[in-house]
Amino acid sequence: MSVVLTAPLGFGPAVEAEIVLSRDTFSLRYDMDRETGVVSRKGHALEGLSLAGKIVYFPAVQGGVAAGWGFLALAHRGVAPAGILFGRTNPVMIQGLVLAGIPVMHRLSPIPSPSC
Amino acid sequence: MRLTEREQRIRAGELGEPARVAIEQQIAVGEFFAAERFVPITNVHMMGDMEVMGDGGFAFIERLVGEGARFSVPVTTTARCVDFERAAALRQRPELVDRERALVATLGHLGAILVDTCINYQTVYQPHFGEHLAWGDTGAVIWANSVCGARSNYEAGPAALAAGLTGVTPAYGYHLTEQRTGTERFEVSCELPDYADWGALGGIIGRRTLDYWKVPVVAGLRSHPGADELKHFGAALASYGSCAMYHMVGLTPEARDEAEAFRGRAPAALHVIDDAALAAFYRTYPEDRAEVDVVVFSGPQLSVLEMRRIVELLAGRRVHTRTALLLTTNFANREMAARLGYVKAIEDAGGRVLAGACWYIMEPARMAAAFGWRNVLTNSAKVANIIGGYRLHPILRPTAVCVEAAVSGELPAEGHLR
Repeated sequence: MSVVLTAPLGFGPAVEAEIVLSRDTFSLRYDMDRETGVVSRKGHALEGLSLAGKIVYFPAVQGGVAAGWGFLALAHRGVAPAGILFGRTNPVMIQGLVLAGIPVMHRLSPIPSPSC
Repeated sequence: MRLTEREQRIRAGELGEPARVAIEQQIAVGEFFAAERFVPITNVHMMGDMEVMGDGGFAFIERLVGEGARFSVPVTTTARCVDFERAAALRQRPELVDRERALVATLGHLGAILVDTCINYQTVYQPHFGEHLAWGDTGAVIWANSVCGARSNYEAGPAALAAGLTGVTPAYGYHLTEQRTGTERFEVSCELPDYADWGALGGIIGRRTLDYWKVPVVAGLRSHPGADELKHFGAALASYGSCAMYHMVGLTPEARDEAEAFRGRAPAALHVIDDAALAAFYRTYPEDRAEVDVVVFSGPQLSVLEMRRIVELLAGRRVHTRTALLLTTNFANREMAARLGYVKAIEDAGGRVLAGACWYIMEPARMAAAFGWRNVLTNSAKVANIIGGYRLHPILRPTAVCVEAAVSGELPAEGHLR
């Protein structure tokens, strides 16, 4: 099945990668092991999954200024996502993704139906 | 974005390479959010610690220093991941401590004012109504917007750094009057006697809001909050909901009444928060077992009044040998608490008062492994929310329950939820 997702706001170059859909929200500090790029929060829909090299969709975000530096830290270790799609996000995510040069879209439409 | 002559000169590199790089980043973020211009800012509060920056962020800052970067407005720092005086006792990694020390020196070269506090608004700088800021601690931002009527977005480490170099920030989000309009209405019908209850209220509203761009309006409050109650409420609302502003009707400066809070519009959603909702929130933090490994008062750093409350509750008793008691505050408050005898009282009881740090960024997973801790009891909803990501079991309870557990080593009966 093919679905076209669009968003009015975006940053970064075109990328092609496997997509992962999360039904849970995202915070770099609360949910991620920032040394490995693996989702570490107990009970998170993506728990145990490495986001390295993938395009990841999250419906919303939590927190937190950690993302400002955190994406650059992930990129420095070679475990950053290839791109991130948000239903709704906050400026911290954008500030961090711009610094790390990772493509991002915000206010995605239609809202995907995550399998996990 | 429309740039002033000064901003164009910065972009052309006339004020140096670091400011040029900074304004390019700010333009990318500003254009992402459809900002039309920059606003001058008077104060920057910046997050820069090794736990969150990693080597990549450190290298970025070192490069700026090498290029002669220097802040053009006052830049203060938020809480960091190390209390240098107590790092060894807390078994923090020497490598982390060394890197943090190097980072502190590097930030000093940029001209940062190293206050290392997340409660700058209680001790260092109280912004005035309408003042534009670039603050980078979510709890501080929500305080500035909501309680002071000042104007700031969340400015993460690199964004605050950029604002410190250029002296401006893109005018989007909470710099604009329109964005400050209340969106959802929360009627609060329960009593909120403890700091933890105010944090829980922030957590409940945050979980239902989950959107930086929404502004919850709190009405009907039966308990009158003091500064520390608002601190816990805002920190939790920012943590759980990613919110940067709220209104409390009759209490915060842009909400003298509901019509002002909503700017005459109808709320998008109506919620009631009652005793059942509060109890349900606490039940999301059930005890895993009776024994308590560590009791943490942190996130945000404590005021002198909060430390006084803990001393009163300890009432001269000692902390149980199997349980650790940790408090975090800033340098100014620790000094004042020392003068008032509170630090001695807490240390005599077997607790520790950390300064310049906040517990949840002190590599809590490693600290827990070093001491064999599995659960964390706290009165901070923010800490409870965060600590799950470090695979520790969080238990949120009122302050008195936390202190009783620290003394007895076990959660007292009134703290049991199952």
